[in-house]
Amino acid sequence: MKDPAPYRRPYWNTQPEYLFPKYASTVKRAPAQPLVVLPHTLSEVTAPVFGHDDIKPTDGDLTKQHPGEPLGERIVVSGRVLDEDGRPVPNILIEIWQANAAGRYHHRVDQHDAPIDPNFSGAGRVLTDAQGHYRFLTIRPGEYPWRNHHNAWRPAHIHFSLFGRGLMQRLITQMYFPGDPLLDYDPMFTCVADEKARARLVSTFDWETTMPEYALGYRWDIVLRGREATPMENRR
Amino acid sequence: MSLRATTSQTIGPYLRIGLEWMQIEDLAAPGVAGERVAIEGTIVDADGRPVNDAAVEIWQADSEGRYASPEDPRATSLDRAFRGYGRSLTDDAGAFRFRTIKPGPVPGPGGREQAPHLVVTIFMRGLLKQLVTRLYFPDDPRNADDPVLGLVPAARRGTLVARKQGDARLEWNVVLQGKHETVFFDF
Repeated sequence: MKDPAPYRRPYWNTQPEYLFPKYASTVKRAPAQPLVVLPHTLSEVTAPVFGHDDIKPTDGDLTKQHPGEPLGERIVVSGRVLDEDGRPVPNILIEIWQANAAGRYHHRVDQHDAPIDPNFSGAGRVLTDAQGHYRFLTIRPGEYPWRNHHNAWRPAHIHFSLFGRGLMQRLITQMYFPGDPLLDYDPMFTCVADEKARARLVSTFDWETTMPEYALGYRWDIVLRGREATPMENRR
Repeated sequence: MSLRATTSQTIGPYLRIGLEWMQIEDLAAPGVAGERVAIEGTIVDADGRPVNDAAVEIWQADSEGRYASPEDPRATSLDRAFRGYGRSLTDDAGAFRFRTIKPGPVPGPGGREQAPHLVVTIFMRGLLKQLVTRLYFPDDPRNADDPVLGLVPAARRGTLVARKQGDARLEWNVVLQGKHETVFFDF
């Protein structure tokens, strides 16, 4: 069997390092020994496949999971999943989770003094369609304090988990909102030096997907790693 | 057209909200071919403290060494009952667990065979991107010639090999940092 084409290594300063002391939790959890460069074998270029049997058609609507309406501003979050060559990534599983409109997570660890919304759990999932499109209906999450440093606040964000066609495309990231004044103070948003890479974590307001008299639209495209054009000799 | 991959961000402390619905700790449903094995382990940080907020994901071939993925060119005869994917969220003691089958050997670089292994992906608060490592099986003579294990300094290879804990039970612990640090890959 021919060696599979490996996935492209990250472009300089566009992916975080493990140790980033401004984000205090990295200090005791980042590896300290040298990493071993992994060749991309069949084990790395394959990935699990998920289908419509794995999720419910309503899993993409976070506003309809309880008898009542959640509090807050309804939003549509949609976009496309592409690879670095601009090709759509179809039929992959996206999972999201987020705080409610008051900035509180439905989680025992979250002790922030803000109300739980009994009508909002804050989790959803969808599969991308044949052109890589995805769409969620949710509530705009609130900002919230955390204990990383004095008076630390997280900008509003939605957590995204994506599978790809290959395991090396697996990505967990966060989507932010345009114009959020907390972004520049946030050690997660600023964990990479490349300004353009940071900017790509921020969604844009989108009139086209805004639903009249119902919900504002935010658009966010996600890019997964692409592959080298030709199978290369494996790296050593 | 050349785009740049989206920047990874931490999974954060509230991962259960989004990921718990698909916790898959038992991959070996009745009817799946292969030798059953239970794998248990804990994750500890640089101070030896258990990590109670991690997601551990495994990816593996079936007992014939085939992946249930269209990217495996040999996938036509794959064992349909076996997806090969597992997800365990660590408990308060930092423990994760899987019940699965031992995979067959899979092709590696230059046509060399790889010893049976799981690819392990770990997410947690305090990691801005995932850790990628591998679990190999103890007492398997094929480990000696495995092309990926061969890239790991000999003194550290043992961190990737699970320990036998009785019949069909394996223990494999993850040390994030320090003297017995697990080998992690630059992926």
